[in-house]
Amino acid sequence: MKFTEEHEWLRVEGDEVVVGITAHAAEQLGDVVFIELPDEGQTVSKDDEIVVIESVKAASDILAPLDGVITEVNEPLVEEPGKVNEDPEGDAWFFKMKIEDLSALDDMMDEAAYKKFIG
Amino acid sequence: MRGLEYAGCRLPCTRSQTKGCRVSELKRTPLYDLHVSLGAKMVPFAGYDMPVQYSLGVMKEHLHCRAAAGLFDVSHMGQVILRSEDPEVAKAALETLIPQDVLELVEGRQRYGFFTNDAGGIEDDLMFANRGDHLFVVVNAACKDADVARMRAALEPEVTVKLLENRALLALQGPKAEVVLAEHHPVVAEMRFMDVATVPIAGAECWVSRSGYTGEDGYEISVPAAAATDLAKALLAHEDVEAIGLGARDSLRLEAGLCLYGHDIDETTSPVEGGLTWGMQKVRRAGGDRAGGFPGADRILREMGEGVSRKRVGLSPEGRAPMREGTPLFASADADTQIGTVTSGGFGPTVGAPVAMGYVDAAHAENGTTLFGEVRGKRLPVSVAKLPFVAAGFKR
Repeated sequence: MKFTEEHEWLRVEGDEVVVGITAHAAEQLGDVVFIELPDEGQTVSKDDEIVVIESVKAASDILAPLDGVITEVNEPLVEEPGKVNEDPEGDAWFFKMKIEDLSALDDMMDEAAYKKFIG
Repeated sequence: MRGLEYAGCRLPCTRSQTKGCRVSELKRTPLYDLHVSLGAKMVPFAGYDMPVQYSLGVMKEHLHCRAAAGLFDVSHMGQVILRSEDPEVAKAALETLIPQDVLELVEGRQRYGFFTNDAGGIEDDLMFANRGDHLFVVVNAACKDADVARMRAALEPEVTVKLLENRALLALQGPKAEVVLAEHHPVVAEMRFMDVATVPIAGAECWVSRSGYTGEDGYEISVPAAAATDLAKALLAHEDVEAIGLGARDSLRLEAGLCLYGHDIDETTSPVEGGLTWGMQKVRRAGGDRAGGFPGADRILREMGEGVSRKRVGLSPEGRAPMREGTPLFASADADTQIGTVTSGGFGPTVGAPVAMGYVDAAHAENGTTLFGEVRGKRLPVSVAKLPFVAAGFKR
């Protein structure tokens, strides 16, 4: 698993990357009450705001971690946004995307580096 | 993700706070150490370092308060004593600043009120109680210095105005509040909504009122600062009581349709626009024996007769997306002209859906009217809804 400074995790599955938010981010956000996901097939550029996530306390955006195409979104999250608090690094992934060059992940933080990053 | 850095402090901030309050200047309530020991997340609010939530989190704290009982630290609010040699003098004097009936408020009773300005706007909202030889007034934290200055300027020297710095204020709210507090003194079970009494609790002289700002039954307890932590611990020791932070306090009061000063009412909104004329007794209204005689009476009494061009209404977003403060409102999905603005909005845990309130042009204020709120560039349907969203549980 790789991590971004925007508190996303990325997991490679075949030629796709699964993206979610970290347990740390979910805890900081508090109870998630609303999620808006991107469209399947949508072409995105790094840092595009592609997911809206609202908790009882705040509205936040999830940014596309890399250039690519959205291949699948986790539709059940829209009906049950609270899953993000229950299993942020497992069932509550947000979207899968196809990217040109998986080596782009090599520069991202591993778990140890992310833990250090969040202190 | 972006916005996480705000997640700890996106509580509605009061005006005076947004004017700039450096962290180093934050004040602490007598319960600060207890909050920290309970694992609270502390945020700046109205110049104080306050618990926004504890380990339960906003959602569970909110639901617990509606189901059992919640304990809130509201010691940041201003507790003020108004005293005159003849108590009637202080009562008459306060009537010059607020459009409420103070003179006929009997000993042991409390009322909701608001300071108005010459333009008929609201300077702050407050609670005032007749405690026999004095009036006890509770005002909002962000406004307390201005409120004290206002009262001193208008009431002294005939009336002494004393801001109490040595008392904490706790609120115990929820359907189990009566049972919990009655274990400390049975007399509190006999109090009705808006009764006030002096009650010894956990060895301290407490000034108890049966009131609160959650829509639930409950009590507000003024306690000497030195005894506050022991009292809070004694109440929290009951299995039905959880500590509740400002995050849930905000969602509870919003579901209850109660105004947050600086957001849903402010110096530009009149009590008529704000839908608060229920808090103006007949005797102060047009035709009453003591009609007028408060700042802005011309506008306020005129509006009560002629109506207003905008009104505060409840708003139920039809989708799942919360409509936060500042969301512009339109009459249709493609109308150019904005007809209103959300002043408080978020997710209502008890309602299980987003809830909001705001001001809309009077022509669009009828319950059931469909409006559109613009959220992230999209027009989303929202209906004008009856307030409160959750029925009050007061013991009248």
